[in-house]
Amino acid sequence: MSAGGPAGRSGAHGPLRGREPFPDAARRALADTQLRQNLARATRTIRARRAEVVGEVPDWEALREAGRAIRAEATQRLPELLETLEAQVVARGGTVHWARDAAEATRVVVNCVQATGAREVLKVKSMTTQEIGLNTALERAGIRPVETDLAELIVQLAGDTPSHIVVPAIHRNREEIRQLFRQHLPEAPAALGDDPQELAAVARRHLRQKFLRAPVAISGVNFAVAETGTLVVVESEGNGRMCLTLPSTLVTVMGIEKVIPRWRDLDVLLQLLPRSATGERMNPYTSMWTGVTPGDGPQTFHLVLVDGGRSRALADPIGREALRCIRCSACLNVCPVFERVGGHAYGSVYPGPIGAILTPQLTGRPGDRVTGSLPFASTLCGACLDACPVLIDIPQLLVHLRGVARAGARQGRRPPSPSTLAMGAAAWVMADGSRLGWAGRAARLGRRLPAAGLPPLARWLRTRDLPTPPPETFRAWWARTRRGRS
Amino acid sequence: MVGADPARPVVNARTVVLGRLRRALQPGVVPEPIVRAYRQAGPSPPGAPALLDRLQARLLDLGAGVRRTAPDTVAEVIAALLAARGATTVVVPAGLPRTFVPGAVVDAADRPAPTLDQVDLVVTGCAVAIAETGTLVLDGSPDQGRRALTLVPDWHIAVVAAARVVETLPEAIARLDPTRPLTFISGPSATSDIEFRRVEGVHGPRTLDVILVTTGG
Amino acid sequence: MEAAAGHARAIRPPARRAIPDGGPRSAATRVTRIRVALLATCLVDTLFPDVGRATVRLLERLGVDVDFPSGQACCGQMHVNAGYPEQALAIIRNHVAAFSGAELVVAPSGSCVGAVRHQQARVARQAGDLALARDAEALAARTLELTELLVDVLAIEDVGARFPHRVTYHPTCHALRLLRVGDRPRRLLSRVRGLELVELGDAEVCCGFGGTFSVANPDVSAAMLGDKLSRVLATGAEVVTAVDVSCLMHIAGGLSRLRTGVRAMHLAEILATTGDGP
Repeated sequence: MSAGGPAGRSGAHGPLRGREPFPDAARRALADTQLRQNLARATRTIRARRAEVVGEVPDWEALREAGRAIRAEATQRLPELLETLEAQVVARGGTVHWARDAAEATRVVVNCVQATGAREVLKVKSMTTQEIGLNTALERAGIRPVETDLAELIVQLAGDTPSHIVVPAIHRNREEIRQLFRQHLPEAPAALGDDPQELAAVARRHLRQKFLRAPVAISGVNFAVAETGTLVVVESEGNGRMCLTLPSTLVTVMGIEKVIPRWRDLDVLLQLLPRSATGERMNPYTSMWTGVTPGDGPQTFHLVLVDGGRSRALADPIGREALRCIRCSACLNVCPVFERVGGHAYGSVYPGPIGAILTPQLTGRPGDRVTGSLPFASTLCGACLDACPVLIDIPQLLVHLRGVARAGARQGRRPPSPSTLAMGAAAWVMADGSRLGWAGRAARLGRRLPAAGLPPLARWLRTRDLPTPPPETFRAWWARTRRGRS
Repeated sequence: MVGADPARPVVNARTVVLGRLRRALQPGVVPEPIVRAYRQAGPSPPGAPALLDRLQARLLDLGAGVRRTAPDTVAEVIAALLAARGATTVVVPAGLPRTFVPGAVVDAADRPAPTLDQVDLVVTGCAVAIAETGTLVLDGSPDQGRRALTLVPDWHIAVVAAARVVETLPEAIARLDPTRPLTFISGPSATSDIEFRRVEGVHGPRTLDVILVTTGG
Repeated sequence: MEAAAGHARAIRPPARRAIPDGGPRSAATRVTRIRVALLATCLVDTLFPDVGRATVRLLERLGVDVDFPSGQACCGQMHVNAGYPEQALAIIRNHVAAFSGAELVVAPSGSCVGAVRHQQARVARQAGDLALARDAEALAARTLELTELLVDVLAIEDVGARFPHRVTYHPTCHALRLLRVGDRPRRLLSRVRGLELVELGDAEVCCGFGGTFSVANPDVSAAMLGDKLSRVLATGAEVVTAVDVSCLMHIAGGLSRLRTGVRAMHLAEILATTGDGP
């Protein structure tokens, strides 16, 4: 990787959660048939709904192209846009904090909460606060974080971690949720059924009084408009509106890449996001606020800008494309690998195809055995690129980061690994027609595959047969029948 | 450590982060211009009958109720809605025409938001409505009030003047003042968090009724 | 001749023509004969020569002159996708040199053409070899996948094939999403005499091969293959076809292990068949 160097002093924070490389975690996830069923049903529904509402937009491709350009501009002008954003927020009565890494970000947030004396804070679903491990940090400081998004609440009650960016409890079905609510929520009636309507009503009763009394809320943000200082939160349930409106203090945590240049850019992004994320023409609620408005909403407002490895990703001219992401999750929902293993197998707060390109860059340890396995967790089928509303070339980034992972793993290793040697030998064979012809003949003689040309095959053979090498290669046939011309 | 000198590390972090970002970018890279080839506006002018039909269809789709009426019968329509549900306590923002709901309580900035939980419903105006998506936008103008007002009560009736109905999102964005607190509302609150099945009515008002006020008759 | 300018798709005969029922002779009487260099691909060369032979038979029957530049070996995709771009560079250099004299290149593989069009020049550029990148770009513009050559350049949908079997078509990911071959394979199949084309459920979902993915992530790969196989079996087809031998090798490996009796055949093999059986 290029300039910047490792940012996080401690490895305890950042998006990585798992300790197992993807193939191992995936194997365990695959064995969970209930999980596979839950995932297949949910992703199929989201895909169908997305396809319908995207299909009806006549200018969808023009929107994607504009979305790509807007997000690309945001990354190219990042430092300048952040300074403008800061100036606008401060001019309208907000306070802006900067944080180099997760540890610093959580320290800032804890300080802001402690200044109010609150022992409990409400949280709006936010990927960035997940990424920095905010809940753990708050608990350590004696502050109880209460997740108010239905799915995040389910995950929190289960002592679980989210497995999807937009639908964090996608791995749970209604019966599992019914049992969780019965067990943990005093508002749940004894005869609670498993109808989602009923379950949602219990969550409403449970959180209502908290919303009306809480002094502090913590949110993330979907977009931050630099030119006006306006912050945007896109949601469905109204828990976001509650948190952004009722408490007297609001702390908003944002990854620095969420900034967009201008107000007008919302023309595009607010069309792309809901359709891509939940398959809705527009999500039920979108809130926007600029600093503090006297007489309306929180009168103390903190904005925490978190780097957390983003500057390092920005330094990679290819890898930085991942910073365009608007966290819609469309790539998760169309990914055949994600559909089968779910989000937990990725061992990261950011799962799926986007997580596979974001996580190694944010952690700054691309050659690590866990993060290094993520770019390989894809068949490169390209469904993610087709779905991406801002045209992130995820397959190309996966391939790029595979190279980075190999290079990272090679560092400090002498001699080279067996797979590097095998691929080197294969490259020597495959870079020359006559050598490949020779390898083909050798394979035929031994009636086995050219071992140098292909990696270990034992695992393949568990569920699949291999073709038998033919008696004559194509090249040999051509030479024999056409008397070899070049 | 915590709280020792909160100002110093903050200043530091700013310099460090901005420095990292500037080093990460090659100097002299000029971002390409944004090609806005998408629809900036629909073919129909604000308030066109086709737009009102579309808005109505979208709102119904989203689970909201829709009534159409002339300006002089708004109060009657609201009264009928209240009567049908037996609602008695109504709160309105200070700038809503008093004639809409005679006898309603007028919201005051010093009224604690939790007390709004005790009213049956709130009636407000609307800054802009987007026909294509069935979206109402509130911007905190006097006829719409502070954000808590349209959030805590369980029933929200929005009175939308036809002239404020535009076709597309970009038209709405162009009309809004970003420095005001804005709320985009597309139907009643909803969740799809359980098995991705849509359930209406979580934390926001569970009932949304829209009164479209047309002048043409 | 002329420097290759623009994309080879520009090479279009004036009018679209189908071969009349009488057979392929009319195509052979074309005034200017088209000459193509066959990019056989390393997998076809070493493991599936029948696919290469079928491609040659088909093209020659349609009046196309076929060359096989013997310097060719591999397009480099496996090395690039496995994270070894430096090692791939020599492979790409060889590929570009092997086809430098070819006016038009055709390959029976969506994936390899995908690598030629979308990967080779990029890898060269990132390695700082700008001359190679330029040459690779020029070659990419002259390289076509087989169904693109048939439908776009030769303007033939009825290739005069006869294949009286129930067949289902799996659109391979790179042909589908990198090349956007669209319905070209289906159009060709629908004109094959005796062939009954049955639609594959969830056709556009990956089969789980993904090159080294199938080895690095064997369990997920097998799960994806399992779903693909059930879809194939549900069609009741005797043959599953595609435009990539790599994915077909994967699908065939599963079909064979399950002893289903369903065969996997490359599209070229079906289109090359004129008799009553393959």
